[in-house]
Amino acid sequence: MIATEFTPYASIVGGILIGCSAVLLMAFTGRIAGVSGFISRLLPPYTDNLIFVRLTFVAGLLAAVPLYTFVTGSAVAHTVTEITELLIAGGLLVGFGSVTGSGCTSGHGVCGLARLSLRSLAATATFMTTAIATVFTVRHILGV
Amino acid sequence: MQIALTFIASLLFGIGLIVSGLANPAKVQNFLDVAGLWDPSLAFTMAFAVITTALGYALVFKRSKPILGEAFYLPTANKIDAKLLIGASLFGIGWGLVGYCPGPAIVAMSLEATQTMIFLAAMLTGMFAARVLQLLFVPRPITQPSPSVKNV
Repeated sequence: MIATEFTPYASIVGGILIGCSAVLLMAFTGRIAGVSGFISRLLPPYTDNLIFVRLTFVAGLLAAVPLYTFVTGSAVAHTVTEITELLIAGGLLVGFGSVTGSGCTSGHGVCGLARLSLRSLAATATFMTTAIATVFTVRHILGV
Repeated sequence: MQIALTFIASLLFGIGLIVSGLANPAKVQNFLDVAGLWDPSLAFTMAFAVITTALGYALVFKRSKPILGEAFYLPTANKIDAKLLIGASLFGIGWGLVGYCPGPAIVAMSLEATQTMIFLAAMLTGMFAARVLQLLFVPRPITQPSPSVKNV
C-alpha cells in the first residue's frame, strides 16, 4: 500500500464533472448514469435493443484516459494490486454484487442519493460499510 | 443524437473519475482505510457529485420528458429487501479488495494494465452469473419505463 496525496480541489472538480455527466444523461436521454447497469446489460440474456447506446457509453469511458493525457500532458495516477487472487475475487464480487444489488457507486451512490431514494441510501450505506470493513481486515488484520 | 449525447456524457463521466482520483485504486483504498493511510479526498467527490446531480435533476424533472427521449426511465422498485442488501454487501467487499468499481475499471482499461484485464474478466463473469440467476429466479425487469411508454 502507498500513501496518496490529499487532493480536495481536484476531487471536488471531479465530483462536479461526474454530477454534470449524470444530469446531461438524464436531461437528454432520460437515463440514470449507472455504470454497472450499462455494462451488465451488454451481456446476454438480452431483454431490450439498447446495445448500441450501451456500447457508446463504454466507448466514452474508454476515451477518457487518451483525452485526459492529450489535454493535460500528464499520466493518469493508477496503482492497483498485483495479487491475481485478489483481482479475481474482487472482480467477481463487484460484478455479482452490483447486478444483484441493482447498482454500484454511480447508480446508487450518485444518482440514487441525488433522487433521495431510500433504497439507494440503504445500498450506499451497506457497501461503504463492507468496503471499509474489507480494507480494514485486509490491511490491518491480515496485513496484505 | 442520443448516441452523441451518451458519448459526451460518458466521456465527461470518465474524465470526472480520473480528475477526482476515483480511477486510482490506491486512492480508493486509502479513502476506505479510515484506520490507516486515510485520504478523505473522495468524500468530497461523492458529496459534490451528489449535490450537482440533485440540483440538476431538480431542473430536469420539471420537464415532462427528456430532450431527446420518450420518457424518464427511473427505477420503480422501492423495497429495501435482502437482495438489495446482500448485493450491496458483496459489491462493497469486492470494491474494498481491489479498489475498482465498474466505471473506473472500464476507464482504466485504456491504461492497458494486465491487472485491469483480469479484474474486468472476473467482473463480467460475476455480472453474467448474477443476470442468469436473476432471470431464473426473479422473472421481472429491474427498471421499467415510466407510464406505459414502450422501451425504444
